[in-house]
Amino acid sequence: MTVAADAAHLIAVRDLAARYGHIEALRPTNLHVAPGEFVTILGPNGAGKTTLLRAMTRLIASTGQVVFRGRDVTSLKTHQLADLGIIMVQEGRGLFGDMSVRENLKIGAYKLAGSQVDHDRQLEKVFSLFPRLKERISQTASSMSGGEQQMLAVGRALMADPKLLILDEPSLGLAPRVATEILSTLGALNKEGLGILLVEQKAPLALKLAQRVYILSSGSVRAELPTHEIKSHHDLALYYFS
Amino acid sequence: MTSLSITSPKPAARAARARLDWFQIGLLAVCGLLTTGALIYGGYLLTVFQLAMIYGIFCIGLNFFMGYTGQASFGQNAFACIGGYGSAILCVQYGWEPALALIASMVVAGVAALLIGYPTLRLRGHYLAMATFSLGLITYDISIQWTSLTQGYMGYAGIPPLGIAGFEIESERWKLVALAALLGFAFWISQRMRDSRFGRGLRAISGSENGAAALGIRVPRFKLIAFVIAALYASAAGSLFAHTVGFISPEVFGPQMAIITFTMLYVGGVGTMIGPIVGAIVASVLPEIFRSVGKFQDIAYAVVLLGMLIYAPKGLSSLGKLFRPRKKEEA
Repeated sequence: MTVAADAAHLIAVRDLAARYGHIEALRPTNLHVAPGEFVTILGPNGAGKTTLLRAMTRLIASTGQVVFRGRDVTSLKTHQLADLGIIMVQEGRGLFGDMSVRENLKIGAYKLAGSQVDHDRQLEKVFSLFPRLKERISQTASSMSGGEQQMLAVGRALMADPKLLILDEPSLGLAPRVATEILSTLGALNKEGLGILLVEQKAPLALKLAQRVYILSSGSVRAELPTHEIKSHHDLALYYFS
Repeated sequence: MTSLSITSPKPAARAARARLDWFQIGLLAVCGLLTTGALIYGGYLLTVFQLAMIYGIFCIGLNFFMGYTGQASFGQNAFACIGGYGSAILCVQYGWEPALALIASMVVAGVAALLIGYPTLRLRGHYLAMATFSLGLITYDISIQWTSLTQGYMGYAGIPPLGIAGFEIESERWKLVALAALLGFAFWISQRMRDSRFGRGLRAISGSENGAAALGIRVPRFKLIAFVIAALYASAAGSLFAHTVGFISPEVFGPQMAIITFTMLYVGGVGTMIGPIVGAIVASVLPEIFRSVGKFQDIAYAVVLLGMLIYAPKGLSSLGKLFRPRKKEEA
């Protein structure tokens, strides 16, 4: 497959593979997200979901090819991918705990070279999505609840004006109501045209939002299908353990 | 309506800058009073506080690298050595103005930090700590062995006091005043950098290198710049030591300096704004207080330091948090 063939995709990965020492955590994997598409990756623990995201964003060494908006970005580093608009909300949120909400959001807007107006527009957008962050603006990130921290993690990523938002288990450790609230917000963002790649364990919720799903197991993609084709948990289990 | 602007340098953004709490302001006031007391009392206390000011400048730089950026360095004494010997050689051998010698030494130290930091900062954690420690040891050894340049153990004497354009600060009291002013200036610069976009990037790296990179921050470059900044501060401190004391030898910039400054930083509070200043003054004054207990001086000092680290693990400047009302965070 060539770069030209992937030009229609927002992002496409070809034969992406990664190892931790002798362990092959991710076998050669192909995946793509179309512009404005919401794609979710499901799979059991240890399937290689996080490894796939980390390999895509160059947080770990990998082989294979990554094409973003028709450009081969395989050799770029993480911060350069962020410059292009690939922003990842990492598992565990990756917030800067000693910093306030305001400072975390400022860091999110770090790569933006836009005007003050652009920054403020992003900020207002984040506050409209997560009003609670506005109330907590001076509070340190570490002193907030898990749900608020996740809102901040997503809000901080949005401050970077992403073209593709990658999220690694944003509902991890959250109460169902809060998880639903955050994932619903992602759905709303997608409706505005933001491309989203979501790794999630809460399958029913993710499947409601996504248009397409990749099922990952033992380090390789077992299936790629439209979400409406998955009727029940049994269908998923079939792919997980086949 | 209150603006929620987060990037403007105007009022709302200024409000976002880190502020000192009342406890920290009180601590700074106590440090100021102690320094004033030394200024009035004179004698040996002047020397103690002169050195405290110099170490304070050193620690502000160290705090940049270890506190804000979250990296380990036990080798900043190498750059103080460059600063000290640079000033000594340029002034004694070549008759340079002290202020110019200080600046030239800082440039040399900055370039050296750039060259050394580029490969070294690829290391992380304990490996970086060991590499920087060995850097300090190597520099110490060079200052002993390269006698044609450094005069070995003999060191350099007759280094002129700080001054410019023929004016020299001869009085010990005025030296302390000048050093306190320089410490204040160094502190102001460091706060400006801490609150800048660059400073936020450094603090993000301290929180999570991967997280910072994922937001577009060039982690290796930022770490290198922080290392160079710390080296510039260390070099300035080394030069000031030379011009204040008038004599340097390899022991001054040996591994003991790394240990002393490390202690100061942790006693004051690593990563805090005023920690370097408070730590430098407390760790300079405490041994003098315990001098009265004679041969138990070191033991008493060690016990107090241990007590501080156990009961104030985040340093003296963070103690105020224990008494701060929590209503804001719970709101």
